[in-house]
Parts: sequence; structure tokens; C-alpha cells
Amino acid sequence: MNITSPISSKVIEELTVGTSVTISGVIYTARDAAHQRIIQSLDNGDKLPFELKGQTIYYMGPSPAPPGRVIGSAGPTTSRRMDSYTPRLLAAGIKAMIGKGSRSPEVREAIKQYKAVYLATTGGAGALLAKSVRQIETIAYEDLGAEAIMRLTVENFPAIVANDIYGGDLFEQGKAEYKRG
Amino acid sequence: MKEIEASAITQAIAKLCQEANFTLGEDVLSALKQAHRTEQSPLGRETLNQIIENARIAREERLPLCQDCGTAVVFLEIGQDVHISDGDLYKAVEEGVRRGYHQGYLRKAMVSQPFSDRINTKDNTPAVIHSEIVHGDRLKIMVMPKGGGAENMSRMAMLLPNQGKKGIIDLVLKTVDEAGGNPCPPLIIGLGVGGTGEKAMLMAKKALLRRVGEPNPDPEIAQLEKEVLVRVNALGVGPMGFGGTTTALAVHAEVMPTHITSLPVAVNLQCHSARHKEIIL
Repeated sequence: MNITSPISSKVIEELTVGTSVTISGVIYTARDAAHQRIIQSLDNGDKLPFELKGQTIYYMGPSPAPPGRVIGSAGPTTSRRMDSYTPRLLAAGIKAMIGKGSRSPEVREAIKQYKAVYLATTGGAGALLAKSVRQIETIAYEDLGAEAIMRLTVENFPAIVANDIYGGDLFEQGKAEYKRG
Repeated sequence: MKEIEASAITQAIAKLCQEANFTLGEDVLSALKQAHRTEQSPLGRETLNQIIENARIAREERLPLCQDCGTAVVFLEIGQDVHISDGDLYKAVEEGVRRGYHQGYLRKAMVSQPFSDRINTKDNTPAVIHSEIVHGDRLKIMVMPKGGGAENMSRMAMLLPNQGKKGIIDLVLKTVDEAGGNPCPPLIIGLGVGGTGEKAMLMAKKALLRRVGEPNPDPEIAQLEKEVLVRVNALGVGPMGFGGTTTALAVHAEVMPTHITSLPVAVNLQCHSARHKEIIL
């Protein structure tokens, strides 16, 4: 299924666990350090690095772009490091997250409550995933280097629905299906 | 006595850091292709396919296999008849890491003071260096860029001696099951049994340098590896934790004698991007 980011509420309703998607449009990178700062800004009522409402966050810090390239290797990092911040960001309007690995019960609950989606992509496939990145612009927290917030324009970025608004969980379901003995 | 110049070591390390990050070993690649043939989950097969395709792109375009270019773990086997001239051995290693990560556009991941400042050192140093004196007049250098995702899911336990083989297998199963998709399966599982706490973990780490699937020469240990692999692959975790029959490509165990009161067991997880390159000077 081809989807556009920001992802509309209508499309989010159609995204169920196990659905393969290719994403085109705009996504924002943020890892733990950036999450911490966004939460601080929310607490203090400061200006946010980007308008959170409806947006997609990709848990990723790329390797440096070699000359003539848009970006270096650009695969997902482990999502659970963001779990403690995620419900707050979902409450503030974030609609989709892309990363690797499973989420905490609190995050899964918040995904249901705020009608959002968690998409998993293949860790360690950074060279392949970099091919989907057309444009990159650092928009905030430049001092964080690879962990700064970047605005990416992507085309046909592959991912799979891992947590949906119906409470489904790809990791639990997948494991249950193939567990033997 | 053989003279090796420190600058030659720096040069070798700089090259190994880059080659390891760009080129997946053919043993790892062929294990992934074999897994692609046997994996029962369609999504698992698609994931393995992406991993194999990623290795091709990285090799051909000299891009890092993974944006996490790792902690530079460096193993040195120093022949007792080697003399390092014109410089300090460890400084030469650090300089090699610095140059390799800079020249290769590799991501620098090391942070200072781990529990407070966490400021990026900006050149991926310090490396983690393990050195050993061996017989002969050669210097063997092995560079293993170790990603954080898999390292973070590693575990160790000081078991009671009477927990025996079952205790060892249970610890591996618990470690891999709880880790789920986080360490980027399919994994290579390094298993260190015996010695002391720190020695067990070092054995587990060093076991990851073996050719994928090459059994331990001791038949009893090889049997343990086989048994653990079957049990791990029955967990259902699968490629990237999406469910499937390939959770690990191999289990490599190293075992040594231990204290009468002890059964140290260490599990060091290696992601599918099992990067390491070596050279003999």
C-alpha cells in the first residue's frame, strides 16, 4: 500500500498490523536526545522545532553523507529508547512513528487512544533505506550532530505496520504464529 | 624479532574499519541466503531479502551497511617476537580508528562520561582494545564494529553449578526472547561459559569472530551449540522480530575451566550485520 506522509486519519484507520507500506512525503528524524528537548519545550511552552500535529517521526541518525550524496546510511534505531517520551508526543499530535523493535504497553495504549500508528522497518538496512531519501534538511538541534532533527523528503520508503489503532501488535502476533514447542 | 612500525598498524586499522563497515563477510551473506531459502514466514523472507540487498548496495556503493557504525572493538594477537617501533601500540590503534571513521564517512558513536555528560567524542575513539600475547612473530589485528542495538541486549549470569547445561540454555532463550526485534535478528549468538565473569563475556564476544556456523572443535560443546540454535529458532522471534523460523544464524560457544563454586555464562548478541575484518602483519 502506498501512503503519503503526513498520514491522514482516514489512512491510519486502514493501516492494520502486518500491512506492508511504502511511504512518500515528509518525515522528521528524532532520537532520544531530540525527544528530551521537545518535551522540555512542551513543558516550558517554548516554540517547537516543527509543528507536531499530524506528523511522522523517524527514529534515525544517519551516517555522514559522502560527497555527492543526499545522505549516508539511514536505517532505524531501537524504538524502545523513545518509549518514555512517546505518549506525550502522541498527545501533542504526532500521528506516526517509524523505528525498529517493539513498544511498551504504555505506548501501545497511547497509539490506540490518539489514533496513531507505529511502523517498523528493517534495522541494519541503512544503505537500502537511504535510497528512498530524496532531500534532507537539518531544522533543529544542530549541535546534536547525527541526532539533530532533520526534515526528510522520502519516496517509497518501505515499512510495515507494527502497532495499529485497533491494539494489534506485529511482534506478539508474529512470534505466536511461528513459535514451536 | 620482527619490527612492525606503529604507522603501519594505524594504516591497517583505518582500512579495516572501513572495509568492515562496507562489506559483509561472504560467510554471513551465505548464511543469510540459506536462511532466505528455509524461512517459513513470507514477511521474514522479505526482510531477509532486504538485508541481502542492503549488503549488495553497501559493497557496491561503499556506504556503511548500517548507520550505526559501532564501537570499534579491536582484537590484537601480538606475537611475543614482535617489536613495535616508532610509536605506542595503543595510540596507533586509536589513530587508525580516528582516520578510518573520518575517511569512510562512518558515524561516530562514542560519548564521553556515560552516566552524565554523554558528549560525542566526534572521532569514534576510544576504541575497545583486547590484546593477547601469542607465540610467533606476527601481529594479527581484528576489527569488529559493534552496533549498540545488539550489544545492549547482551546478558550475563553467574549460575549455580548445579544449573548445568539446562541453566545455560535457559539463559540464552530468555535473553533472545526478551530481546525480540531489538538486536536486529537473525542473530549470531556468542556464548561464553566458565572462567570468571569478565572472562566469560570476553569469550562470548571473541566467539563472534569465528566463521558463521563453524562448530567448536570439542564435540560436546558443538552439540550444545546445535541444541541452543534449534531451541532459539523455535522461539518464533524471526527476522527483525516480525515472527519467523530464523531467529539466529548460528551459536558460537567458547568454554573454559572455572572455579568450584561457579558457572559463569555470558551471552553476547551480534546483529545480522555481523561486521569484522582482519589482517596479519
